[in-house]
Amino acid sequence: MKDSPASAPRVNWKDPQLAATLRARHARERRLKILGLLSLGAAFAMLFILLASLAASGYKAFVQTHVTMDFVISARNVNPENPEKGKYRKVIAESLQAVFPEVGRKEMRQLRKILSNGAQYMVRDAVVADPSLIGGVLRLTVPVSDPYDQLNKGEIDRTTPESNRRLSDREIAWFDRLKEAGMISTPFNKALFLNADSRFPELAGLKGALWGSFYALLVCFLLSFPLGIGAAIWLEEFAPKNRFTDIIEVNINNLAAVPSVVFGLLALAVFLGWFNLPRSAAFVGGMTLALMTLPTIIIATRAALKAVPPSIREAALGLGASRQQVVFGHVLPLAMPGILTGTIIGLAQALGETAPLLLIGMNAFITSAPESAFEPATALPTQIFIWADSPERGFAARTSAAILVLLGFLITMNLAAVILRRKFERKW
Amino acid sequence: MLWLTFLIIVAAAALAYVLNLRAARRLWAEGARLHSITTFHALYALFLAALPAFVFVVLWLALSGPVIGALVLSGLPDEVRAGATAAQENLLLSEIRSLARGQAFGEPEPWKAAAAARLTALEATEGWARLALVSLIAAAGLIYARTRVSASFRARQRVERIINGLMVFCSLVAIFTTIGIVASLFVESMRFFARVPFFEFLFGTNWEPQIPIREDQVAGAGAFGWLPVLLGTMVITVVALVVALPIGLFSAIYLNEFASPRLRAVAKPVLEILAGVPTVVYGFFAVLVVAPALRQAGQALGVDVSPNTALAAGGTMGIMLIPFISSFTDDALSAVPRSLRDGSLALGATRGETVAKVLFPAAIPGIVGGVLLAVSRAIGETMIVVMAAGLIARMTINPLDSVTTVTVQIVTLLIGDTAFDNPKTLAAFALGMMLFLVTLGVNIVALRVVRKYRELYD
Amino acid sequence: MQPENSQVNQQETGAGEIKISARDVQVHYGDNHALVDVSVDISDKMVTAFIGPSGCGKSTFLRCLNRMNDTIDGCRVEGDIRLDGEDIYAPEVDPVHLRARVGMVFQKPNPFPKSIYDNVAYGPRIHGLAKNRSELDEIVEKSLRRGAIWDEVKDRLDAPGTSLSGGQQQRLCIARAIATSPEVLLMDEPCSALDPIATAQIEELIDELRRQFCVIMVTHSMQQAARVSQRTAFFHLGQLVEYGETGQIFTNPSDPRTESYITGRIG
Repeated sequence: MKDSPASAPRVNWKDPQLAATLRARHARERRLKILGLLSLGAAFAMLFILLASLAASGYKAFVQTHVTMDFVISARNVNPENPEKGKYRKVIAESLQAVFPEVGRKEMRQLRKILSNGAQYMVRDAVVADPSLIGGVLRLTVPVSDPYDQLNKGEIDRTTPESNRRLSDREIAWFDRLKEAGMISTPFNKALFLNADSRFPELAGLKGALWGSFYALLVCFLLSFPLGIGAAIWLEEFAPKNRFTDIIEVNINNLAAVPSVVFGLLALAVFLGWFNLPRSAAFVGGMTLALMTLPTIIIATRAALKAVPPSIREAALGLGASRQQVVFGHVLPLAMPGILTGTIIGLAQALGETAPLLLIGMNAFITSAPESAFEPATALPTQIFIWADSPERGFAARTSAAILVLLGFLITMNLAAVILRRKFERKW
Repeated sequence: MLWLTFLIIVAAAALAYVLNLRAARRLWAEGARLHSITTFHALYALFLAALPAFVFVVLWLALSGPVIGALVLSGLPDEVRAGATAAQENLLLSEIRSLARGQAFGEPEPWKAAAAARLTALEATEGWARLALVSLIAAAGLIYARTRVSASFRARQRVERIINGLMVFCSLVAIFTTIGIVASLFVESMRFFARVPFFEFLFGTNWEPQIPIREDQVAGAGAFGWLPVLLGTMVITVVALVVALPIGLFSAIYLNEFASPRLRAVAKPVLEILAGVPTVVYGFFAVLVVAPALRQAGQALGVDVSPNTALAAGGTMGIMLIPFISSFTDDALSAVPRSLRDGSLALGATRGETVAKVLFPAAIPGIVGGVLLAVSRAIGETMIVVMAAGLIARMTINPLDSVTTVTVQIVTLLIGDTAFDNPKTLAAFALGMMLFLVTLGVNIVALRVVRKYRELYD
Repeated sequence: MQPENSQVNQQETGAGEIKISARDVQVHYGDNHALVDVSVDISDKMVTAFIGPSGCGKSTFLRCLNRMNDTIDGCRVEGDIRLDGEDIYAPEVDPVHLRARVGMVFQKPNPFPKSIYDNVAYGPRIHGLAKNRSELDEIVEKSLRRGAIWDEVKDRLDAPGTSLSGGQQQRLCIARAIATSPEVLLMDEPCSALDPIATAQIEELIDELRRQFCVIMVTHSMQQAARVSQRTAFFHLGQLVEYGETGQIFTNPSDPRTESYITGRIG
């Protein structure tokens, strides 16, 4: 222990070279801080660009160009005995002819394309609802078709040569006339929420997808919530600590990290293949999502149960309650806010899942909203996927709009979870 | 019909509950000392009425489908059945099912129409039989439970045992799911490897799954070597890490060591938002913004960049992974004991030197665990690559090329109307099995690293 | 250099000049006034012990001397503390620089998860004290010798610092702290996490070290203070109650509070 030699040479702390070293060291620290701040800034910037580009490309889809016209419902075309089977295409053609008297028969086909394909059905529905219109004039606001909608929103560049443009000069001139006559309006695109999917962008909406997601999430919740809580309670409060329960726990942690597409394969092989459940049904999607959400709920519930202090349990046991009575009567109610928060977050994640739903067929082209969870349907994220692939210009904006709707739901759900947590969670 | 069945179960359960509750209450009012409080007697009845019936319905529904299918098939004329493979019989069955639902394409053959009628009849019978049996079972449970109401009956014990059993069942669902995944992947993969040799799949460098469905179709002969697909996955993962690692690491270092608590309180949730954006949104973003931006940048540099490069898909995936890396790094840095930080500062190190030379090296195992989990996420990621990456498999590591990944192939092989037995469909399952195994392996290693690291400091 | 208006007893033992002098030091943690009006002169080349019951502020004052309190949010230090006559809280003083001159050893040994060599070399490396590898080797060996641990580790300098026993780790931390050739060595209860044999080894080492450094040691053990130190300061409820030669404090304290603590009535 007596190894210490005589005093060592001291460092001269007033050395100016030392001061230079200090400056260099502080400069290095400053560079590290700048690098960190830049990285943080880069991450924020990317998020901002993501949201801004979606908003910029999608906001236009929230309005749809309409034209207000007088439709002449002559008895020639519509039989009062059977208004359903009237020749509404002729009605539209004749009404358009009234506005553009100079247009000949050959150009009439082109002219008719100004109005959406769905216009004839809208006129029909109005007449069927009120047959007294036959013989008179119906003033109706109908959507224009997608190329004209794009034109009105400024997406078509009038300076490009005509052969490269979607609309010819003459078609543009027709539209301008309608606009000058004040017949063009851009009201809120209700169809986006009230219509189901369609071949035509101006008529396409999210109703089917919204219902599909609703049913799928409902089924997911009904399955994963009780199963998840049951499993978590057993694992946390009652399970003996042995190899078997270890295996279950390891299993749950592994399931949480399995790629979502594998769950899709499972659903395809077992639910559709073996059980022969209907393809594209929201209820099958919900079952698949439930399997994926289960680990999340189990983990969140266990954490909430763990947070309840043992003193509560001991007090109840001391009063003679059985272990189950303690858990279900005392611990579980106290842990509920945390459990609900975790469940909402799990459901929010499930809402955004796409891959497994694609594999069970929820990407089919379905033009009506499902009436029950057992009918074929799409879901919001799969509908986004379908629209993203569609070539029409109108779908590009609608895809962004649909994404904004999805993000809106997610923000709401996450905010609800945060508020729930702030309001009800007690700090022991 | 199905909802009627469930309605009966619910009604029986409610009735049983009420009956037993009243009986138990009457006993109590008469002065008997009940072992268990009345609620438990009532619950006992509820469980006995509902549970066996419920289990019965689930089993019945699972089995009635295949049984009815077999019955219908056996009723078909012999010449139709002769020599038909299992796949053809399945196809026939689904056609007959569609017919029965009213979806007819043209004029069906008379034997098909007859089979459809038979199917409808069988299903009707099945519905009534189910209803009757369920009512019987529920009633039996209700009656039995009612007879058990007595002062000495240990209702609480019984009920708690039932609840315990239910909870164990819930816990086993996770095991069932894993077994289901492994079994379905394995079985279908085995059927695939019956047609395509395993080593050709594992080591083949040619992936062209377009095989002719009918004999007169002109298409490739079908090559199923997965190496180029695996390589594509790895290229995109590497690109994603190149984006996510520096940004994630340095952001975390800054937030952990240098940021004010206010900045931390704002920045952490914002980073979490990046993690919460659905991947289909990222995929669309890649197509809408990232790929065209890269294309323009490429044009400015004189390089021809195709629209679905690994760079676009991988870069977008990297953005998604930033919060993974940053939160794991932040947690790992916070887990380093304060004494190390104090020790370094007391020796005259700046905060930057402390972070770089002491805290970060000490946190590396935890960070590595986080990186591995991010890798696992990247490998299994589907929507970004389906929308932004390519479909042609190439043996290349150039990020400017268009590559395809395992997940893209799984999705494209299965979207569309191919029969279930087709080697294309089975190839998807083989790919799925490899994906599952690889991600499982990475996750196990990651968790082990993180656990060992936690032991170091606890 | 005798400061004016000295508030405490001071008896020259002839050992050292004043190394650190403090005047009217106050420390606030948020609203909590943790140190009140502390003034003391600490001499060089001897061991000064800070004693007192838990929470009395002795560790807090120790941490003022190397400005480690700066790293604690919400901590406010007022007053005058001088090292060799220079105010260490002056704006031009870089705490980084100061902490190389005033080393610290902590209660629980905290070697870095690096090799023994790298642990000791950490300080010299970041301060650029060695021009090349052989100079660094010299510094490391010298420090390990002075830390009385060279013989035990000279054959395994690459082994991780955390693989040593508790007592060895603390000696390693001491070697690490003196590797930057500080002038003052602050020790915050250096033996409280160690077994009696290791404690004895450390106390012997401290006795050696005082020949070269100004050693200030916080301890909760009066016996240890009596064994090891030449001067003792007694803290109570954030105030410096009495300061003087160790023998005198323990046998004939002037303040009744000191006597209560020594005899075990408080603490």
